[in-house]
Amino acid sequence: MTDASLDQMTTREAGMGDYFALLKPRVMSLVVFTALVGLLVAPVAVHPFVAFVGVLCIAVGAGASGALNMWWDADIDGVMARTARRPIPAGKVEPGEALGLGLALSGFSVVLLWLATNALAAGLLAFTIFFYAVVYSMWLKRATPQNIVIGGAAGAFPPMIGWAVATGGVSVESLLMFALIFMWTPPHFWALALFVKTDYGDAGVPMLTETHGRRTTRGYILAYTVLLVPVALAPAFTGIGGPVYLLVSVLLNARFAYGAWLVWRRDEVAAEADGYATEKWLFRISLSYLFVHFGALLIEAGLRFYGIGGW
Amino acid sequence: MTIRVEHELHGRRRGRNTGVGLLLVGLVGIVFGLTVVKVLNLGDIRQFETFDHVARPQIEPAAMEAAGQ
Repeated sequence: MTDASLDQMTTREAGMGDYFALLKPRVMSLVVFTALVGLLVAPVAVHPFVAFVGVLCIAVGAGASGALNMWWDADIDGVMARTARRPIPAGKVEPGEALGLGLALSGFSVVLLWLATNALAAGLLAFTIFFYAVVYSMWLKRATPQNIVIGGAAGAFPPMIGWAVATGGVSVESLLMFALIFMWTPPHFWALALFVKTDYGDAGVPMLTETHGRRTTRGYILAYTVLLVPVALAPAFTGIGGPVYLLVSVLLNARFAYGAWLVWRRDEVAAEADGYATEKWLFRISLSYLFVHFGALLIEAGLRFYGIGGW
Repeated sequence: MTIRVEHELHGRRRGRNTGVGLLLVGLVGIVFGLTVVKVLNLGDIRQFETFDHVARPQIEPAAMEAAGQ
């Protein structure tokens, strides 16, 4: 082997960090947090080691679906500035490697979750991976502007799986945690789509901003936020909620609804003038909105442990 | 360009091999830990010993209680 060929290989051969980047570690942090909350607020105690393995499997399963998504979307990732540096478009990882890693980790995480906990949790994880990789990435993302709405279900499953790890079942509480993330996803992503405007259109992804225009998107953000409010408040009146959650949720929803209303009132001229400051603010508070809601559920569970939580 | 004994590529491969090694050790640890947890949560071990190849009615819980053990 000549030195020149060695230098060519260095650009082709991936390091450990490149494979890790395929698993979308930032998305994984939200998955780990919501799954952990779903598991901890459940009324059934789980051995700490089993809980650790359960959350690890959910995180690895989410990462596996991320790798499958990057394999499928490598062509459009290379077009968009936000995703052009992902391992496949950057030339660090071969598409086949991402596919192999995604499939292998999917199998490992589902089987291990089944062995460690129960069949329902493993089945929900398998369905989540299928939903994100096949239903969202392959079927919806390039076909309909409702991609974000229906695809949001994939991100909404983790707390439900966490709950199933502990209880072995599905209940109104776990469905409400699912619904909270499901309804939150569209306004969150549409706020993002408003200020990264040129990217999705260049890649041929039919985001609502491209197909129906920005005025309609602003209306949709407000409409989905109005629908989100009762869904977010509802857990307060179930077994996992209480006054702390209710108070936190009322404040967060008031702020989020106010932000959505501000975004709805603005037109493109005003948004261009201040560099989409309000849209960016709405996107930022949407992140804390979800984290703090689930944090409040965790606080309620902690209070219940000391006999002072709930109603 | 001189040929170096240690190329950057070797370092990257070593890092990858070390990573895979650690992941495998982690997997062994998880399977071992799960086994320990599940065995410890099985409850009274006599339920499994009672009919281990040969029926031993004398170590059934009721018989042992009657014998004062």
